Amino acid sequence: MPVILLGLAVGTSILFVLDRDKSVSAALTARRYLVEMLSILPPILVLLGLFESWVPKTWVEKAMGPGSGTRGAAVSILVGTAAMGPLYVAFPVGLALLKKGASLFNVCVFLCVWASIKIPMILFEVKFLGVEFSLLRLVLTVSAILVISGLMNILRMNIPERRRL
Amino acid sequence: MFTEALWILAAGSLAFSFLKNREKTKNALVFSWKSFMGMALPVLLTVWAIGLLLAFLTPHVIARTIGPESGAWGVMAAAVLGSVVLIPAFIAFPLAGAILNQGASISAVAAFVTTLVMVGILTAPLEAKFFGWRFTLWRNGLSFVFALAIAFMMGRLL
Repeated sequence: MPVILLGLAVGTSILFVLDRDKSVSAALTARRYLVEMLSILPPILVLLGLFESWVPKTWVEKAMGPGSGTRGAAVSILVGTAAMGPLYVAFPVGLALLKKGASLFNVCVFLCVWASIKIPMILFEVKFLGVEFSLLRLVLTVSAILVISGLMNILRMNIPERRRL
Repeated sequence: MFTEALWILAAGSLAFSFLKNREKTKNALVFSWKSFMGMALPVLLTVWAIGLLLAFLTPHVIARTIGPESGAWGVMAAAVLGSVVLIPAFIAFPLAGAILNQGASISAVAAFVTTLVMVGILTAPLEAKFFGWRFTLWRNGLSFVFALAIAFMMGRLL
């Protein structure tokens, strides 16, 4: 983390000296994304806290646990599609699901679906890239996500026990 | 609109929880606060990096990299570009549509759009904070490879 911080600081300073206009536009972009993050993160984290303390582990285990099979995958896809917001919001949610007993496969499906499949996004894609392009890409993406998650499961990704959460 | 709904939902749930059980609500808020503190610095760094990067990778640069004159390496370049940048859908799809209309290959546009959503280099440090580097590298790496596969298949099929 300190290395990244240093790198960013150096990069920004150089940019500021060499190209004032670009550094201003960088600052404006950063501010826009920061505002977006700060307007989405707090309510999500509050909901996540409530989820953590109210939802019984057995529920999540039953719906998305290792034995949940096809239904579990379907639930993960549905939850990932329904939820809105950028991918970084999905990380704490995915970890919370994992800790409540969801299987690694399902959490991976959930993360990838959250990242790539959103109903408003599909409508947008259809509008600008056409129905054929969008639907074909959707079908291929869902298949790819299932394969990727299967591979992740086979590779036995053990998630380190988090200190923070 | 969506953001307001989210805040209202969170506030409502919190109030309901408080009325039902103060102890559980307190634990929930402690959890939320800890998560927030854990995410604050990485989020800040991510935002900073996005700002710096997008100052260079303007829509114009992206269009040129993926566009018709990009050649055989276009698909690869598009996939790399999509992995690096982080732009919202309402900018990405019109941009991709414009690039496609300019005569870029279907594969290149598909690669860009797919890695754009599935692979996140800028958000990787944040992802690793929750899931560890091993998970993060594999998920993003596999997503990148499959995005290329999707791109080539779409180029063949359409």
